[in-house]
Amino acid sequence: MNDASLWSIFLNSALINNFVLAYFLGICPFFGVSSRLETAVRMGGAVSFVMLVASICAYTINWILAAVDAPYLRIISYILVIASTVQLVEMLIRKLSPATFRAMGIYLPLITTNCAILGLALFQTNRNYDFVQSVVYSLGAGAGFALALILMAGVREKLDLANVPALVKGTAAALVVAGILSMSFMGFAGLGR
Amino acid sequence: MPGKQLTPTDEFVKGLWRENPVFIQVLGMCPALAVSNTAINALTMGLATTFVLVMSGISVSTLRRFIPREARIVSFICIIATFVTVVDYVIQAVSLELSRALGAFIALIVVNCLILGRAEAFASKNTIGRAVLDALGMGVGFTAALLWIGVLREILGAGTLFGVALFPDGFQTWTVMVLPSGGFLAMALWLLLVNWIRDRQEKSAKAAQGVTR
Amino acid sequence: MSGPAPVQQQPTSAWSMYRAIVGIGAFCALIIVTAYQATADRIRENQDRFLAQASAEVLPAATSTVAVKLAGDGSLALASETGELPAFLGYGPDNRLVGAVIAAQGMGYQDNIRVLYAYSFDQDAIVGFKILDSKETPGLGDRVEKEAHFLANFERLDASLDPAGDALANPIVTVKQGQKTEPWQLDGITGATITSEAIGNILNQSASRWVPALEGSAGRFAERSTPEGR
Repeated sequence: MNDASLWSIFLNSALINNFVLAYFLGICPFFGVSSRLETAVRMGGAVSFVMLVASICAYTINWILAAVDAPYLRIISYILVIASTVQLVEMLIRKLSPATFRAMGIYLPLITTNCAILGLALFQTNRNYDFVQSVVYSLGAGAGFALALILMAGVREKLDLANVPALVKGTAAALVVAGILSMSFMGFAGLGR
Repeated sequence: MPGKQLTPTDEFVKGLWRENPVFIQVLGMCPALAVSNTAINALTMGLATTFVLVMSGISVSTLRRFIPREARIVSFICIIATFVTVVDYVIQAVSLELSRALGAFIALIVVNCLILGRAEAFASKNTIGRAVLDALGMGVGFTAALLWIGVLREILGAGTLFGVALFPDGFQTWTVMVLPSGGFLAMALWLLLVNWIRDRQEKSAKAAQGVTR
Repeated sequence: MSGPAPVQQQPTSAWSMYRAIVGIGAFCALIIVTAYQATADRIRENQDRFLAQASAEVLPAATSTVAVKLAGDGSLALASETGELPAFLGYGPDNRLVGAVIAAQGMGYQDNIRVLYAYSFDQDAIVGFKILDSKETPGLGDRVEKEAHFLANFERLDASLDPAGDALANPIVTVKQGQKTEPWQLDGITGATITSEAIGNILNQSASRWVPALEGSAGRFAERSTPEGR
């Protein structure tokens, strides 16, 4: 049972301890997909949705594992559920919007190995959030992830047009931008207290 | 006919530099940045990942004819998750402090793209012996890369190395280095260095070719 | 030019799929359970030893402890096992109650902070404090662990109850560094404001829950019952 208020949980996971910029979770898609704004928005949406579902599933699994006293199955059951959720989301997107499906390409199944989703499940378990807190946490995390992704994409699109030395181009430049973004997000500390 | 078979030594060595997981393949960055705020954390994470790499490599290689093509990703994930659970308990048994410092990031080894990538690209298609060499090489390369980042961050950000103070008290630490931004910046710096070295190697290789042509 | 027709890969039979999944499942289960069993005792030992050490630090007067928990009605009850946030009653060498050691947790700047504090019945105050687990920023937030002036707060941090006995008379609150005027205030650390405030919140919330129960049940648990008789 955790005493934090819902609003502070949301602000915390979205801004103050943004999953990408503070916890380094979800970096692979962050650098892979953030070069174009459109794909970034879609990825942000997909990840947010998977996070919400994963959060609810993780809460349920944890409850079951506690009931049968099998904490050692946590890692393996979390990751299997996440993998299945991603499969389902993939199928859904393919049905609902084939264009989005093609645009996202390999990055959709890669959401499975997105540390952010498993990280979300593990953090909410470690902090003993109840059901409502977990849902709010995942909504905040998804929003924060999408926000970071979109900001990054915006900057990188502009950066592509700038005169960047060849050595720095690509990942190194993205890393520096991420470092600066991370510093700026630190300014949110203390919000909502 | 597939590309020429590498010698066993080469299988091991390629993970150290030429195909270094962190700086060249840019895989497994999450833990690289998250737990590298001190050298000891970086070292522990690297060793834990190497353990999972090697054990899952052995398992996948042993079971490779047994796992049907359609079920392979799920099987790999199960196997990797199993060994991550093992290493999580081992670390807790060895040192509670280290386990607390690394927190959930040990469990996050399971989503390290590197391990799944090696299982898929290599261990499932090669003998046990080669799989072990490949896993060891990647693991050592990964640990080394993590240590590079961790040492830089710890020295600049806390003035210590493995907990041992290096500078006299007056040293003003660059706290930003142990903060998340520092992780991004440290990695960017090393990546720049790596890119520069590779660039020079390519240029000298081209120059050598140009001379002989 | 016609070469040999490409070989069509046979779709995998259901039997080999089932065999593989069950096989892998059994293989994984075996390894996980073995590892868990092999390390469980050692891990438990480590945790107990750590907790015992920390308890001795915050409440040195206690030579033996008894685990307790909060019962549903807000009173104290004996606990058969220590959970995530253990709590103990501390007894001196003469088996008389000297204080309580409580673990609490709450959100700091980076992540959850777990603390252990000692409550003294004689002084109606928190007299010992130790950080069990924190991921606060080194050099900034983690100063709450070591900085002497912050730790001096806990020589006697007032936690006395209001006349009704069911809440703290004055909530524990963190104030800016150097502005402490009352014994229930925590003198914070400039530059580590959020972490200092978090500690204040954690202690306030935990003490508000525990101190009424402790004081209310102190009579019942005043002497440590020996295993032989009660």
